[in-house]
Amino acid sequence: MQIQIDATDGMPIYLQLMQRIKYLIAVGRLSANEQLPSVRKLSDQLVINPNTVARAFRELELAGILITRPGAGVFVSPTASPLAKREQHQLLIEKIDTVLVEARHLEISTDGVVQLVRQRARALGNTV
Amino acid sequence: MPEPIVMIRELTRTYGHKVALDRVTLKIPKGSVFGLVGGNGAGKTTLIKHILGLLHAELGTVQVFGRNPVADPPAVLSRIGYLSEDRDMADWMCVDELLSYTRAFFPDWDPIFAKELLDMFELVPYQKVKTLSRGQLARVGLLTALAHRPDLLLLDEPSSGLDPLVRRDILSAIIRTVADEGRTVLFSSHLLDEVERVADQVAMLNNGRLVLNDSLENIKLRQRVVTIRFQHPISQKPEIPGLLNLGGAAAEWRYLCPDGTERLHESAIRIGAEIVEETVPSLDEIFMGHSAS
Repeated sequence: MQIQIDATDGMPIYLQLMQRIKYLIAVGRLSANEQLPSVRKLSDQLVINPNTVARAFRELELAGILITRPGAGVFVSPTASPLAKREQHQLLIEKIDTVLVEARHLEISTDGVVQLVRQRARALGNTV
Repeated sequence: MPEPIVMIRELTRTYGHKVALDRVTLKIPKGSVFGLVGGNGAGKTTLIKHILGLLHAELGTVQVFGRNPVADPPAVLSRIGYLSEDRDMADWMCVDELLSYTRAFFPDWDPIFAKELLDMFELVPYQKVKTLSRGQLARVGLLTALAHRPDLLLLDEPSSGLDPLVRRDILSAIIRTVADEGRTVLFSSHLLDEVERVADQVAMLNNGRLVLNDSLENIKLRQRVVTIRFQHPISQKPEIPGLLNLGGAAAEWRYLCPDGTERLHESAIRIGAEIVEETVPSLDEIFMGHSAS
């Protein structure tokens, strides 16, 4: 499991970690029932406070994304995959929001943004 | 609430006319990583010396493990692992002599753990301390601070002047200390991105005064950097009550806003200005804000 944490980012580290884990599940790099590294191991690997890792695991467990199997460890919940589509959208939504705010500052209309998106998709040869 | 590991109330210390610590009150909860930051001469080392019982509290009180460290040094010091800023070690000894010498002071010294650390840090037992590199010295110091598995690990500027590999060893030691058995760490540092990575509580000293003392999470939640755009260019630093000026020029100036921006929008409009950008500051920016004021 490869995760990068940026300590100088304004976002609290436990939130960054939660987001990255959700992302890994969303793109299928972590699958249902897969075991996560222990709090100790992950905090050592990422060089972050173990309390922070424990906090992120706890919140993800409350959200039903991870489950703790006593004595065995922390796992991706078997029901985590239906979340994937929504999470994938969520990832894009955050970026779209940033673009829309920027567009408002530059006084470019939403239609203008949509047009630009189409243009870029063509330029990148995006056929999806 | 379990009793805090360190409890300091209204601690004041003066050296002649200079106030080194000015009514400092803070507590370090069990199981936390407490980052102490501040510029040179801000009072960090003076504070640490009070916790070690090397300085007597002139005004105010210091309690470590619920005891006065000056009145009861053995009970307090045997439970602390300390790495000093200047790493004053007997340099005529070789590494294993230094270790057995240090071991004599700590009944709880764990020789197996000490050996593990020796191997992990790739230290040579028969090498003279005098001939060790800066990084090796730091590792020896870290080993002697860790080998009795202290309840409180106290590191004074552990990373200064060290390469990234040694710094990583030090951060790993901090993390492992807390991850195992919920022990407590206090470390002071200039390297604020390290503090942001591993600390859960942060205290910032500026000229002996505590200007920040909160969980890192609350800090990120409440502190903001805002860019304010005035209607007309201003040649002199415009001061806004409650905000710390971070610099700027002409019509746009940046401010550190220590406690949320809810009420700021109204007061900006009142002076004919608007907030054009709002970000969460890094500890570096918070530090700059407080040192510039």
